[in-house]
Amino acid sequence: MVKTNEKLIVKGKRLDGRAIEDLRPVKMDVDVIERADGSAQVAFGNTETIVSVYGPRKLYPRFLQKSDTGILRCRYNMAPFSVEDRKRPGPGRRSIEISKVTRLALEPATFLTDFPKTVVDVFIEVLRGDGSTRVAGVNAASIALATAGVPMRDLVVACSVGKIDGKLVVDLNGLEDNNSEADIAFAIMPSKEKVTLLQMDGRLTKEELFESLDLAKKTCKKIYEMQKSALKESFKD
Amino acid sequence: MEKKKNDLNQKSTGEVGAEKKKYREVVLPGELLGERKGRKLSNGVYAEGDKVFAKVMGVPVTTENEVRVVPMSGIYIPNINDKVIGTMTQVEISGWLVDINSPYISFLPVSDGVDEFVDTHRMDISRFFDVGDVIFCKVSKVTKNKTIRVTMRSLGARKLYGGVVLKVKPTKVPRIIGRGGSMVNLIKSKTGCLIYIGKNGVIWIRGDNRAKAIEAILTVERESHTIGLTEKIEKMLEGEEEKKEGEAKEKPKETKKTEKKKNAKKSAKVVKNGKDK
Repeated sequence: MVKTNEKLIVKGKRLDGRAIEDLRPVKMDVDVIERADGSAQVAFGNTETIVSVYGPRKLYPRFLQKSDTGILRCRYNMAPFSVEDRKRPGPGRRSIEISKVTRLALEPATFLTDFPKTVVDVFIEVLRGDGSTRVAGVNAASIALATAGVPMRDLVVACSVGKIDGKLVVDLNGLEDNNSEADIAFAIMPSKEKVTLLQMDGRLTKEELFESLDLAKKTCKKIYEMQKSALKESFKD
Repeated sequence: MEKKKNDLNQKSTGEVGAEKKKYREVVLPGELLGERKGRKLSNGVYAEGDKVFAKVMGVPVTTENEVRVVPMSGIYIPNINDKVIGTMTQVEISGWLVDINSPYISFLPVSDGVDEFVDTHRMDISRFFDVGDVIFCKVSKVTKNKTIRVTMRSLGARKLYGGVVLKVKPTKVPRIIGRGGSMVNLIKSKTGCLIYIGKNGVIWIRGDNRAKAIEAILTVERESHTIGLTEKIEKMLEGEEEKKEGEAKEKPKETKKTEKKKNAKKSAKVVKNGKDK
């Protein structure tokens, strides 16, 4: 964890040269894993995730089956080489929590009652972590679900908003994340304007929270367009 | 009637952009398809109030009395009266468990599988169907929580001997069959193969020219959303035919056969059926 005493915003620009409401360069690819039913690779700057989706498929052990609906299982995992200090492999307190909130972010968007007794598996692997990994994971998972043909109400789009040097900024990188006064992860169903994930760390006033929600909605619209073009482009080669 | 429907399809599915008329328009989950106007909601759509949205990624079809989206991918969910190809996975006392390429395993009772009288107390029913046998059958019952039954009491239902089994995406099956069977008939006549297509995405092929047929089918699966596919496949099959004829004159027959086998093995999804007759 890197702490700095430097100013993070100098003359309206952040340390990596972005303005306050700018995203890092985004890269989205779909169908990157041949044997998966759906897959996607999403990169926000140096944060890189790869997601595979399997299913709906039969769920074993049988006592986990729900006779009226299918279930969603998510696994968020950071590769040992994804961060500066080696990450100890295997699920820990943090990744178990993120797996759960990712599931809760995606679940409201899916129509799993169409597939009783089945499971949809979502595996999120963080290849390179540099802040905002959970939102990159949600973005990738949502387009991977769409390529797998899982029925959904809407795509799920996520973005992070944080407060650095007293200002609200979008899409924090690792350094900003470590030195922020507060950071929030949002996931939104853009065409319904419904929030499916909201996690905050740090302190904000009530006004700032609402302001950051508006900011997140605005940013998510941008990312939504990127997701749409990534999915549609995949049929044009 | 058929023609009228066809025209409407053409109008609504449209073609992307004026400059590129090669692809059909693709919608994504959550995309607005329009007002419902009392129309029937078929597969792949959902309504909120009077607005209809897409549920899956696919090609939208809007007609006078129905809205639906033909999905690009997805699994097979059995419906009553579907003709499917299944593989026997287990022999029970009074029937068989059949894998129909779906998350749900189906059951074929003895009474629906065999015409003659069978005393299940005395007779081992594996003499009729054994594990690994491939059958062409019909879905006879689907309950709300997806308990599936299949039957052989249907026109065309039969056991399939020899041949190879090919798995494709179930959502692409209608395109592989084509309107009124045009696509599959084309492949059949050009390759001389016997082809059975199950609605569950399982295709059974027998014939010397099967490598070519498999190639054609996989091409259709991959490019199902492009326009003018039938012509492309026709060209592809005809072109090869000419080439083959030219080769046949030069090369002896045996080398040709081994080549074909190699081609068949290349296709990763092809599963060989035990008894090749």
